[in-house]
Amino acid sequence: MALINNFILVRFLGLCPFFGVSKKLSNALSMGVAVTLVMFIATVATWIINRYILMPFEVEYMDIVIYILVIASLVQIVEMAIKRTNLTLYNALGIYLPLITTNCAVLGITLINATEAYSLLESIACSLGGGIGFTLVLIMMSGIREKLELADSPRSMKGLPVALLTAMLLGLTFLGFGGMI
Amino acid sequence: MDNALGMSVGVTFVLLGSNIIISAIRKIIPNIVRIPIFIVIIATFVTVVNLVFHAYVPALYESLGIYLPLIVVNCIILGRAEAFASKNPLLHSIADALGISIGFMLALLIIAFLRETLGTGSLSLFGVDLFTLPILGEHPIAVFILPPGAFLLMGLLLALFRRLGVIKGD
Repeated sequence: MALINNFILVRFLGLCPFFGVSKKLSNALSMGVAVTLVMFIATVATWIINRYILMPFEVEYMDIVIYILVIASLVQIVEMAIKRTNLTLYNALGIYLPLITTNCAVLGITLINATEAYSLLESIACSLGGGIGFTLVLIMMSGIREKLELADSPRSMKGLPVALLTAMLLGLTFLGFGGMI
Repeated sequence: MDNALGMSVGVTFVLLGSNIIISAIRKIIPNIVRIPIFIVIIATFVTVVNLVFHAYVPALYESLGIYLPLIVVNCIILGRAEAFASKNPLLHSIADALGISIGFMLALLIIAFLRETLGTGSLSLFGVDLFTLPILGEHPIAVFILPPGAFLLMGLLLALFRRLGVIKGD
């Protein structure tokens, strides 16, 4: 999940933070950790809700509305919890924490778990793998982009286009992992 | 191409619906909880699209997979709700939704067209084969169908449009 089915490079999930936050290495790390944390908690919460509320009442078609509400409120709670317990971490995460609500990777993982009908353990493994893969790629990308800022690229390629091409090269390398298993 | 068209239709419907509702009730939404309200409205419309696609175009529903429900977290829709529909009257919001959707559809179609043509050497629409290129048909550039091909095309197109002056700024 972390390498072969990488969320960003292979499934196109979480592209907004990938291009938005990957300009500085320190921000990328905070964002990656925050997303992984929320993905893990959201996976556990939505799995329980799916199994014990949606399925018994046969209202699985409501999953999108329920999941997004659960994720939004979870993000709020996590934000408050971090603010009370660890102010340094809270300041480091800053604006990125509330933005996770609209991160496709988080809603994506809950929907994948639901459609693949994973067990709780499988879902957790899937979410952690996805989160670690997300963090890994975010860190790699930001490291490369910090160097790219100094490179002498053509004017029309500067910024986003060259970042997209970098993502292509990273994606090609990650495709190589598919052959390893 | 089919996927791109299906996706555009889905996004257009959701954007139009959510813009209409949000614009209509913009005066009674309390400012402090506006984002959750927007998201619930959007999620409702996405559920509708999801169910309709599942019932009437199951093949398309299958191939769009989790990307169809993920319209909920499409930044365009929440972005337009927050930046435009929550501040402007109904008719303007409808026009805004249509304009944005057409732009989105154009971008999606350009990329889908190039990816399918280059990646498979042929183009088909709704199951009908439109054309097959002479050399590419036998030796397609398969990387364009793979995920990295999408990044490559987006990067090159963005650079090209910037060069031509269609897109300005960073």
